[in-house]
Amino acid sequence: MIHKYTMHNTNIVMDINSGAVHVFDAAAFDIVDLYKTQTKGQIIEALSQKYEGQAVSDAYDEIVELESEGLLFSEDVYSEAVKNWERKPVVKALCLHICHDCNLRCRYCFASTGSFGGHRTMMDADTGKRAIDFLIEKSAGRRNLEVDFFGGEPLMNFDVVKQIVDYARIREKETGKNFRFTITTNAILLNEDNKEFINKHMHNVVLSIDGRKETNDRMRFRVDGSGTYDSILPKLKAMAESRNQDNYYVRGTFTRENLDFSKDVLHLADLGFKQISVEPVVAAKDSGYDIREQDLKQLFEEYESLAEEYVKRGRNEEGFNFFHFMIDLKQGPCIIKRLGGCGSGHEYLAVTPEGDLYPCHQFVGDEKFKMGNVHGAEFNTEFQKHFQKSNVYSKKDCSECWAKFYCSGGCAANAYQFNNDINVPYKIGCELEKKRVECAIWIKTQE
Amino acid sequence: MKHVKTINAATLKKSLANGGCGECQTSCQSACKTSCTVANQSCEKK
Repeated sequence: MIHKYTMHNTNIVMDINSGAVHVFDAAAFDIVDLYKTQTKGQIIEALSQKYEGQAVSDAYDEIVELESEGLLFSEDVYSEAVKNWERKPVVKALCLHICHDCNLRCRYCFASTGSFGGHRTMMDADTGKRAIDFLIEKSAGRRNLEVDFFGGEPLMNFDVVKQIVDYARIREKETGKNFRFTITTNAILLNEDNKEFINKHMHNVVLSIDGRKETNDRMRFRVDGSGTYDSILPKLKAMAESRNQDNYYVRGTFTRENLDFSKDVLHLADLGFKQISVEPVVAAKDSGYDIREQDLKQLFEEYESLAEEYVKRGRNEEGFNFFHFMIDLKQGPCIIKRLGGCGSGHEYLAVTPEGDLYPCHQFVGDEKFKMGNVHGAEFNTEFQKHFQKSNVYSKKDCSECWAKFYCSGGCAANAYQFNNDINVPYKIGCELEKKRVECAIWIKTQE
Repeated sequence: MKHVKTINAATLKKSLANGGCGECQTSCQSACKTSCTVANQSCEKK
């Protein structure tokens, strides 16, 4: 399988099964369309109005060479390998819902403004510690374990965060595991004390802000309706600087109310942030701000123009990292990881304040996805296997898609939300992801 | 080559034999929480 496209006058050809990426000139780019169905002579004749025969002949020979080296039209050797996969499920990451409450009432919140559709509750330290024990127990031989402190708003229950971290550090020494902590916060309660603790212990910090003041405050506001932009901005800047502009993300959400989201990304870059992620909203159909099919054309243009500016700024030493444009072609994840995706439901689980286990933070609150509780012995391993077996070949749409080894099948929660099946991906999410991958690859061609 | 510039050579097939240690970061933990991307993750072995 190959994927070819032109972006900003660059002709890109990707060989999907090998991972090879090439830039073709115009003649070679045209030849690819005919290569598998016509002879060399027929192709020279077919393209004689556009190119000289010698140029087509030379380009054809180069394509033959790429194919013989396994860099073009290479075979899929993974679909058979997947069928024989029998791996013992391992849990290596937990999303701890430290607090099912929030000091904001963001309009687009997928967590019902913090409560996840239930009561507003806080996790106690004992439950957090049992979650750490659970993770160690289920992680088998894995050394690197991850815990994300999530909410609601985790800073509303920060004393428990500290107790859990302290406990995990003790267990780390006992077991030889290596814990990596992250925290996702709206920054309202950030202060010098918790900043110091976060910088000492958290491998990554995700800081919520949507971009321009009008964009942010339209969606992100307090219980009294006041926007957050003015009060959080100095805190976010200080946090980013205190981490040397690394190992954090300012993280925003765009909706159909700011389809010109590239301006929000660039606004955050103009403010001096170097690690930026701005992502499409996950919202119910007809919420009013959900991304719709008719929005895609504009969003594609936004991504392409953002990519162009991204490269320009990078060349002028004003560069920044945009999460969805980052792609590591040479040292990225192995094919095993790319086949399986994010790991939700088997490697990655969410824990509610009560200790209930769910496949990921987005399934929390949907009782039929409850997999167990960290306080009890019961854990639904059948469910875990069901999620583990989901891969790019178990999803018909993905198996036929050129982007499958870059997105790895997309978000199981989105798939379930829109199609009631974790194996049927969310179409709009797919289209946006494909455009982001195209942009990310184009950026690589400009380096 | 005059007509083709290769930006990245074949890397995936080799990783079928060598990969799968599972020590890498869980993709959803890094920043997204809503929009899964895997190819921007790093391999722990390298």
